[in-house]
Amino acid sequence: MDETKSSPVTRRYLLIATSAVTTIGAAGAAVPFARSWSPSEKAKALGAPIEVDITKLTPGEIFKPAPVWRGKGIIVVYRTPEAVERLEAENRSLADPKSKRSVQPDYAKNLTRSIRPEIGVYLSQCTHLGCVPKYFGKAQPEQFDARWQGGFFCPCHGSKFDLAGRVEKNLPAPTNLEVPVHQFENDNILHVGIDTEEFDE
Amino acid sequence: MSESLDNRGFVARSMTWINERFPWTPTMEKHASKYYAPKNFNVWYVFGVLAFVVLIIQLVTGLFLTMNYVPTAEGAFGSVEYAMHEVDLGWLIRYAHSTGASAFFVVIYLHMFRGFAYGSYRKPRELIWLIGMGIYLVLMAEGFFGYLLPWGNMSYWGAQVIVSLVGAVPIVGADLAEWVRGDFVLSGITLNRFFALHVFALPGVLVVLVFVHMVALHHVGSNNPDGIEIKKKKDEKGVPLDGIPFHPYYTVHDFFVVIVFLIIFCAVMFFAPEMFGYFIEKPNFEIANPIATPEHIAPVWYYTPFYAMLRAVTFPLFGLDAKFWGLVVMAGAILIPIALPWLDKSPVKSIRYKGRISKFMLGMLVISFIVLGYLGTIPPSSFGTATAQIATLVYFSYFVLMPWYTLREKTKPVPERVTGGH
Repeated sequence: MDETKSSPVTRRYLLIATSAVTTIGAAGAAVPFARSWSPSEKAKALGAPIEVDITKLTPGEIFKPAPVWRGKGIIVVYRTPEAVERLEAENRSLADPKSKRSVQPDYAKNLTRSIRPEIGVYLSQCTHLGCVPKYFGKAQPEQFDARWQGGFFCPCHGSKFDLAGRVEKNLPAPTNLEVPVHQFENDNILHVGIDTEEFDE
Repeated sequence: MSESLDNRGFVARSMTWINERFPWTPTMEKHASKYYAPKNFNVWYVFGVLAFVVLIIQLVTGLFLTMNYVPTAEGAFGSVEYAMHEVDLGWLIRYAHSTGASAFFVVIYLHMFRGFAYGSYRKPRELIWLIGMGIYLVLMAEGFFGYLLPWGNMSYWGAQVIVSLVGAVPIVGADLAEWVRGDFVLSGITLNRFFALHVFALPGVLVVLVFVHMVALHHVGSNNPDGIEIKKKKDEKGVPLDGIPFHPYYTVHDFFVVIVFLIIFCAVMFFAPEMFGYFIEKPNFEIANPIATPEHIAPVWYYTPFYAMLRAVTFPLFGLDAKFWGLVVMAGAILIPIALPWLDKSPVKSIRYKGRISKFMLGMLVISFIVLGYLGTIPPSSFGTATAQIATLVYFSYFVLMPWYTLREKTKPVPERVTGGH
């Protein structure tokens, strides 16, 4: 045994090397546990697109009961011509009127945030903390707003959205209601969770 | 001293046999009969023991609840109803557990207030304080995961709100929230993992932390209402002059207090287990409904002060939205007491000898916490938001301004020996 004089430098080096390898090993061992928390195949399959028949939807109403996609309610709102007109007029009280910061497919990045001006499709989930905004479709004074122009009101923290799901300024919700990917098969059949553009790209 | 003393009784001989193999008697002496606690403890010093009692209640009732509970979206709500209505005395076990959850926070908040008031976090007890804060955080997580399990509508939406908070983290937020849920929406998958965390992972961590908390305490010794180190004045045997053995002097006190506590606990459990919607909220008697929010979502009372602070942030800052800053303020409010040992620069520990500003600030802290707690339970309004914003500033100023006011104010002279007591 010639190596009886073990140098402190060598020991320190070995200690660092051992610690490093152990850390890498532990991080590697954590991967399966972390990955097991991702959405499973079953959960992904349940997130498949849905079809909504809007034949019976009338102006001023929303589709009831709310269709469900990926466990989230979907707002399908049929806007009156007056409502569409109001949406297209300039509105200074909105936080993001042109939806620059909000989440929507490109084909819904317009003033009505929709493919067809009269039909709006939005996730029924407040962008603040995920509560379900309630529909107050008529332009009439409401308890929460004397100058209400019609739209959605979140009962949790008081965020207000217009009929295009655009949020008002200085309220807890930071952005407009999300628009899910969707497409119209014909005048009456709507698909949520799929759009052809997705396949074109 | 062993084999030759066989004429002693069976118990004494057994103890010798054990002590030769396990340090039973030395351990008992170190932590009870020869653990010298200051003789001037007052009623504020009972809440640590009470927290321990509640921990035992929660572990035992929780164990028996799992025997009837089904951790799935389809089965959870029904299995709790089943335990309540069809299992013999199942309602008692369930209400003991739900009342225990609130009782836990009552005694922990009072226990923490004691620490604030008497400077229990000061040197050499910084680690006890940090471990205690760890216990507090685990307890909050326990309460949160546990509240989802009955799968009532408030369970569901309360959890939804808090998990969405994860989504407020810039860039990775949405993916992180999806990973926590294990689904695109809060679902049975989420419920199943919260169940595992609530009944297996966190209780284990909690028990270890409580053990370490007490080991650290018994190593440095207890603080007292005067904030004086009793170990500085010892007799010739090394026993602190102002110390008395924890057992029997304080065990007998604590035993009495535990009985009083259990009377109150049982009164709540038998006569008002829902506490008029504060311990178990009304919408939680309906099954979780992912597409119908309750009229008004409020967390259970013990989170409402922090929830009010979250809601109080209504404006974006530095290009990041209000939601993210709300998360930052809420997390900051929960975590900031961790820094107390280093924020407090006062030459004295106890509020008894601190100056007027400290007393005023502590009073304001308590008032702001109660005001925020109330505001967190009611629906949002512009007046409520403004009040919450002011109260949030008051809450934070207690901590942030502490280095300044504790140095500046005039303190009273601290006596050599503790005052009052036996």
